[in-house]
Parts: sequence; structure tokens; C-alpha cells
Amino acid sequence: MKAMVGYCLFALSTIVPAILFPDNYYVTVVGVTICTNIVLAVSLNLLMGYAGQISLGHAAFFGLGAYSSAVLTVKYGIEPWIAMIAGAFMVAVISYILSRPILKLKGHYLAMATLGLGIIVHIFFVQADQLTGGPDGMSGLPVLTIFGIPIDNDIKWYWTFAIFMLLSVLFSLNIARSRSGRALAAVHGSEIAAQMLGVDTAKVKSHIFVFSAVLACITGSLFAHQQDFVSPESFGFFFSIELVTMVVLGGLGSTYGAVVGAIILSLLPELLIVFEDFEVLIFGAILMTIMIFLPQGLFVAMEQAFHNFMNRREQGAANATS
Amino acid sequence: MLPPIRNKIMDQLLQFLISGLTVGSIYALVALGFSIIYNASDVVNFAQGEFVMIGAMSAIFLLKDGMPYPAAVFCAIAITVLVGLALDKFAIEPAKNATVVTTIIITIGASIFLRGAALLIWGKEIYGLPPFSGDKPIVIGNATILPQNIWVMVGTGAAVLAVKYFFDKTLMGKAIMACSYNKKAAFLVGINVKQMLLVSYGLSAALGAAAGVLVAPITFMSYNSGVMLGLKGFCAAILGGMGSSMGAVAGGLLLGIIETIGAGFISSGYKDAIAFFVILVVLFIRPSGILGKAESDRV
Repeated sequence: MKAMVGYCLFALSTIVPAILFPDNYYVTVVGVTICTNIVLAVSLNLLMGYAGQISLGHAAFFGLGAYSSAVLTVKYGIEPWIAMIAGAFMVAVISYILSRPILKLKGHYLAMATLGLGIIVHIFFVQADQLTGGPDGMSGLPVLTIFGIPIDNDIKWYWTFAIFMLLSVLFSLNIARSRSGRALAAVHGSEIAAQMLGVDTAKVKSHIFVFSAVLACITGSLFAHQQDFVSPESFGFFFSIELVTMVVLGGLGSTYGAVVGAIILSLLPELLIVFEDFEVLIFGAILMTIMIFLPQGLFVAMEQAFHNFMNRREQGAANATS
Repeated sequence: MLPPIRNKIMDQLLQFLISGLTVGSIYALVALGFSIIYNASDVVNFAQGEFVMIGAMSAIFLLKDGMPYPAAVFCAIAITVLVGLALDKFAIEPAKNATVVTTIIITIGASIFLRGAALLIWGKEIYGLPPFSGDKPIVIGNATILPQNIWVMVGTGAAVLAVKYFFDKTLMGKAIMACSYNKKAAFLVGINVKQMLLVSYGLSAALGAAAGVLVAPITFMSYNSGVMLGLKGFCAAILGGMGSSMGAVAGGLLLGIIETIGAGFISSGYKDAIAFFVILVVLFIRPSGILGKAESDRV
């Protein structure tokens, strides 16, 4: 019940600004970026937060989605929806094949493997210029139509992304309370204990890896259509790191934490732009400071502080009445 | 006498071996830095590549400002060591009990911070150092080698031997090794654990800076040259088995050779991809690296 109230408030906060200010830069441009990043962070949180498996290459799946949409529609004239589904299917197969050997690894080795995967995919985008247009990228994607409505202006894109984002968040909230969510939590806590309790840990991890990858891939397809342009720059190592940062910044394992992290990291460049050359420096400093002093994440730390505050107040009230 | 075609391939191979060993030496130094910090504090320092960049860029600009070459090199290494000490003091030490993911983000934050600082100080342009001793190629058979390549290999060899001597023979080196085996036990026998961590960061930064100064005459340097070098060093450290110093050196040399041969015979555009592909295959087959010990979890 309480969870539903929270979700409705969150949904309202995305809907109201769009109704009030449909032409505002912060809705149509920053808003879409925020929604994109939220879905990506939430999808990465499924893997990192719920299952406890670090990934430094998540941008690769986002990129594969964007490029499969771009290449299939522009080069081969395939319908946008079919291209999107084909991309998702391809990523599902690739991530399923890779999931078992990759997720056998732990800690720094897992970090290295996912990082390597991300970099290989990025180099492929740059080098396979016959297919991808190389470093210059490619543009000219057809307009996406949803239920007969062509998505051809900024505010329609905002609604598309907002709805997609709200569905993903809802899904992520629910998965934590499902049977597979509890299996994931068990894997996160102790893989061996989970095995002892009869959880097929390899299967659970592989499923969530595939799921997380496909969600990122679909986001990539939407992103490609919305931007009407893809280039390798958007899907590099640095973006993977930014995604991990979003998840950890908000609080690993908390869906709203990932949401908060994504919002902060999307807004930060907008705010830091006034510092011009100091932007990179300040970004690094903020990242370090938060991680050093609030390693559990901003959102989770705030949540804990709020709970402590409420508990103390209840205790105070109880003491006063007795 | 070999037939001409095979002879040509052998010449090419020799040439690739020379450049591979040169690049590999640099990777080896970066990887050695990785493994020293990893041993001492269980942290994978993603700012390791930035040490290389800071070392190289400081040397370039000190030299520009009219400092004599050896003094510029010495000061550049000293500056980088200070950066390394600061990294430990202000970023790693305050974040005790941090998890693997948190420390990874802290060091990534540090690397972004250092890159930002380098951008402010030195700008976006690329620079190079003049070679240590001329640029007249030396001919060996049908391959050529630049004096700087020899400097890189000899310099790396000397640094590796010095590190090995430090850890095997000196009291301080042994104290750091003790910390890496068991911090609490080390503390109980009177070792100042914090100070040993500081020394490891300083040492690791010095190795990075040395790599930067050695390689700057061969490849150009700019404020973001450290990223790829750092990642390749991480690759090499994993290849050799994380935490094994001599494994890291072997991993670095091997990675350099594989990469150069791959770039030469397959495609130079995919050079970086080859290195990461190799590491993936190795991890899939042997999850703890070539020279690493198989790990088993304590339950």
C-alpha cells in the first residue's frame, strides 16, 4: 500500500511538469535524457543491486539496441518495430550465450570481463564503418509509430519515454517481491547458501543478465529513433561507468536509488556547464566525495535517516504518553 | 636458407616482437603498479593510467620550461609520487570498509578528477618528449629498433628488478608483504599498516610515472592518454593473475606481443579489441589468470 503511494507520487512528478510546461527545455530535452538514464540505471540495478554482479559494460547493450534499429531501418529499410524486436532478440541470444561463462567470474575478474566486452562492442561500432558509418555515426531513421500515432515531436517523445520508464520502474519494484526476486537476493547474500537452499544460481543469474541486457537494448532502440542519430561516442566505456555510478550513487539494490542516481547524473552536466573547463574536475570530486562519505548511496542514506527520525519521534511520543 | 616468403614473415615477426616488447614493457609497469596497490589494499586503482599521464605530461612541461632532461624526469616522477600519496591519504584512507564496487567508483572518480586537473593545467593538445638518446634506428637483421625502444625495455627491466629487490630483501618491502597477507597480524607485530599503504601508493605512482616518461618519446601524450594505458595495464594484471607481481610483468609483455602481432596480421583498427578479446578468452578458460592461483571462497 505504502509502496503504491510512493509509486503514484513518482508517476505524478513525471506527468505534471509535462502537462504544465510542454515546451520547456527541461521537459523535452533534459526530461527525455533523465528517463533514458533511469531505465538504464534501473536495468543495471537488476543485475548489480539485486543479483550482486558488477558490470562495467552495460552501455554495450544500450548501443547494440540503438545500432540494430539504426542499421536495420536505414540500411535495409525494415519496419522500426520489427527492427527493434530483432535487435532485442539478437541481444537476448548474445547475452544468454555470454552469461554463463561471464557470471562464473567474481569481483575484479567480473569487472574486467564486462569492461572488455563493452570496449570490444564499442570498437566494433567505430571500426565496422561499412555497417555502422564508423566514427561519424549514422542518421535518417524513420519515424516510429505507436498505435497509429507517429512520434514526431519532442513532447510526444517525452510521453513515450516517461511511460516506458514508469513501466520499467514498476516492473523492477515488483520483481524484488517475486519468487525470482527473492532468489536473486539469496544469490546476492551468499551464492553457496542459495545453492544449498536449492536455488539454481547459474540459471537465476543468467536470466537476470539477459533481462537487464534486453531492457537496455530496447531503450537503445527508442533512443536511436528519438535522437535520429547514433554514433559510437554515446556507447563508450565512460558511459558504462556513468551508469554504474548512477546505480551506486543512489544506493545499490534500491530501485528508487537508481532513479535518484540517474536524475542526479543527468542534471549534473546541466548544472556544471557554468563552470566550463572545471566541469570534469568538479564531476570527479563530487563522485569521490559522495562515495567516500556515503558509500551506501545518497537515496538509501536519506531513507535510513528518515526512518531513524520517525522511529525516534514515535519513541518520543510513546515516552510522553506513558 | 629459408624460402623468401617465409623469410619475409620471419622479418615481420621480429619487427612485431620488438614493438610488442616495447609496448608490453609499458603495460608491465602499469600492471606492476596495479598489483602492488591491489596487494597492499585490495583496491583496483583505476587511476593508475593517470599516473602514467601525469608523469609524462609533467616531464614534457618541465623540459619545456628549460629544466635539464634528467632533472625534469626526476621531478616528474616526484610530482606523480605526491599525487599517489594524496590519492591514498584523501580518497582511499577515509573510505575504510568500502566494498569492491565502492572502491572502484572512488578510484574512477579520482581518475576523472585528475584528468580534469590535467585538462585545466595542460589543455587538450598532444605533446611528445624528445628521445633520450637520438632517434637513429639500429638495424638488426632485417628489422630495426629505435634507441628509445631499448631505453623502454632496459628501464622497465631495471624497475622490475628494483621492485623485486625491494619486496624480497628490504625490511620495508617485507612489511608491505606482511600487510597484504594479513593486516591485523601485521599491525600486531608492530608494523605501521597505514604508512605501508602510503608507501605502496607512492611506489605504484612512481612506476606509473616512469612508464609515462619512457613511453612519451614514442607515443604522443595528452590529458586523456592515461585511460587506455590504465585499462591495458589492468588487462595485463588480470592476465598474469591479480596480485602476482611477476605475473603482472609477464602478463604485460605477453599482452604487448599479442596485441602487436594481432594488429599487424589482422587489423590495426581492432588492435585494442584484440587485447580485450584475449583477456575474455583467458578468463573464460582460466578464471584466475594464467599465473594466478585458483581461488576458493571461504564460507
